[in-house]
Amino acid sequence: MTFSAFVPYLLVMALVTYLIRMLPLVLMRKQIRNRFLKSFLQYIPYTVLTAMIVPDIVYSTGYVSGGDPQALISALAGMVAGVLAAWRGKGLLFVAIAACLGVAAAQGILMFF
Amino acid sequence: MRALFQKGIRHGVPIGLGYLSVSFAFGIQAIAAGLTPWEALLISMTNLTSAGQLAGIGLIATQAPLVEMALAQFTINLRYALMSLSLSQKMGPDMGTGKRMIFAFGNTDEIFAVAMTQPGTLRFPYLAGLMVVPYIGWSLGTFLGAAAGSLLPVFVRNVLGIAIYGMFLAVVLPAARKDRAICVAATIAGLISLGLRYLPWAQGLSGGYRMILCAVLASCIAAALFPVPDGEEEEKP
Repeated sequence: MTFSAFVPYLLVMALVTYLIRMLPLVLMRKQIRNRFLKSFLQYIPYTVLTAMIVPDIVYSTGYVSGGDPQALISALAGMVAGVLAAWRGKGLLFVAIAACLGVAAAQGILMFF
Repeated sequence: MRALFQKGIRHGVPIGLGYLSVSFAFGIQAIAAGLTPWEALLISMTNLTSAGQLAGIGLIATQAPLVEMALAQFTINLRYALMSLSLSQKMGPDMGTGKRMIFAFGNTDEIFAVAMTQPGTLRFPYLAGLMVVPYIGWSLGTFLGAAAGSLLPVFVRNVLGIAIYGMFLAVVLPAARKDRAICVAATIAGLISLGLRYLPWAQGLSGGYRMILCAVLASCIAAALFPVPDGEEEEKP
């Protein structure tokens, strides 16, 4: 594809994504009074992130359904390491590194099988 | 002012490092879809979102109509509208239209999660600082992945793949441990997500729709079961 054919795609992607983020933030100035809506919005970050974790985390290290189970095992090892670290209230970077090390350790051990 | 900005920068470091690895993978995929490293970099610098960009390069590769691109981006990224709405409730009085327009660009899943879990109202220096490292990490990682990704062994690429999920866990689990309502909300979201992923009749649902449906349903149920106490959110700036 030529660069001039690429540019319209780039503009559409960027513009749509930006407008979705910008409009609610700029237009909504009032405090929401409705108790249900307030509660709903407070739970959104946790439900969104959980929806992103489950079940995608097990596919994060190269596993595909029906594929090499070693990749699945290493992802599960990383998940356990990450869950333990997060449960103990460690910071974002610590938990991310713990999950990576869990995957690395499992991949290292599995190399001998 | 300056201290707030620096605090934002600090909080952005782990996000930026996580992005570095995730966008690295995106860079590799962009090359596979037929883009140049510079085009991949341009996408990351102007979009700053993972799922939308991934779908986008797929559509570019097949030269899909622009309307389809717009609809796909709208659906996949609609969750940001919910997040921006949530954030609008936490904005401090110094957040005028211009500042909101600037920060809106940086409202990613992770930046949103970190910002929302800060106590009190949000001020611009903090939010501006929070955007910086993730933006650099996302752009730099994309370019490195596009330019040099094929040089990296599979072993390392697999290890990096889980980093972003580790960050998600670090946001959800401590909050779920402290607050039973959040624990229930997250559990419901996890169960719905599993159901939508594996039940046969839900297979037609794309990733973006699945996430929206899951988050909206779970948050509705949690809001009905555990409404926040009235007046609790009336924080004075």
